[in-house]
Amino acid sequence: MTIQQQIIIIAVCVLATMTTRFLPFLIFSSKRPTPKYIQYLGKALPSAIFGMLVIYCLKNVSILQGSHGFPELIAILVTIGMHLWQKKMLLSIACGTVCYMLLIQLVF
Amino acid sequence: MKEKGRRLRALKAAFPYTVPIFASFWFLGVAYGIYMNVSGFSFWYPLAMSALIFGGSLEFIVVTMLLSAFAPMQAFLVALMIQARHLFYGISMLEKYKGMGWKKCYLIFGLCDETFSINYTAKVPENVDRGWFYFFVTLLNQIYWVSGSTLGGLLGSVLSFNTKGLDFVMTAMFVVILMEQLKKEKKHYTALIGLAASVLCLVICGPDSFLIPTMLTILCFLTLCRKPIEKAGGLA
Repeated sequence: MTIQQQIIIIAVCVLATMTTRFLPFLIFSSKRPTPKYIQYLGKALPSAIFGMLVIYCLKNVSILQGSHGFPELIAILVTIGMHLWQKKMLLSIACGTVCYMLLIQLVF
Repeated sequence: MKEKGRRLRALKAAFPYTVPIFASFWFLGVAYGIYMNVSGFSFWYPLAMSALIFGGSLEFIVVTMLLSAFAPMQAFLVALMIQARHLFYGISMLEKYKGMGWKKCYLIFGLCDETFSINYTAKVPENVDRGWFYFFVTLLNQIYWVSGSTLGGLLGSVLSFNTKGLDFVMTAMFVVILMEQLKKEKKHYTALIGLAASVLCLVICGPDSFLIPTMLTILCFLTLCRKPIEKAGGLA
């Protein structure tokens, strides 16, 4: 690939990304009231998306092979437990991550 | 002077929220930079892509695109599919980003997974300017990502890792953010729809192509179940 072709590929990817980021704001301008259905989606989507992102992070975990997803499961339970107990975001994230690192480096 | 104080207060409020992202972006960003370096690209590539695309999953795939035959139309479609989830972020941020003036353009430009998660869920304190808070979260995240990937591209294979498993910081962050979001609702139908649709589509379509089917499934169920969800108080 020539340098010009590389620039075109990168530019095309930038264009696609910005299309997905700007489109909702361009369609539903802030001057007109947003349709009720879209307002509903705006409130209903986030919880569903966060659920999707958690699964997205775990997409390459295999339950049938290797460590069967146990390190991930244990570390997530530790994260949830810490967050229910101490309610401090950074602390819960740090404990879950350290727990996972120890598990895959030393145990599994 | 007053404006400066407002900005500083927003920066101070925004920074703690971005610390876990600093950890994960430096880890992933450095890894990405190294990957580009060993694939034969100078550090300018990760620098430019991180600054202009600012979306990790696509940036990793662009490396493969650059090493294959020149196919811009296909690249565009693949990029659209990978990035389609941003449409959901935009719809969710329509109300919050209203009236942000000149900042709005940058806020939308930098609306990646992590920035969206924080700006949507963070409780901005009363005395802090919301616009500047959102702005600094977006800016700090982008600084972490660009600096991490550039560093990786510069150091290349010189770096050696003993940080196996640090990438879990991203998973842990989304788990905590999901929990924070659940606290705001009476019923958790929408989260369950999201989790169930993702697992189902992941099992059926596999890890590389489950996002689009998942998004369509979520959209279908949210539309069909609108009445019961609204009635039961399933919205935050």
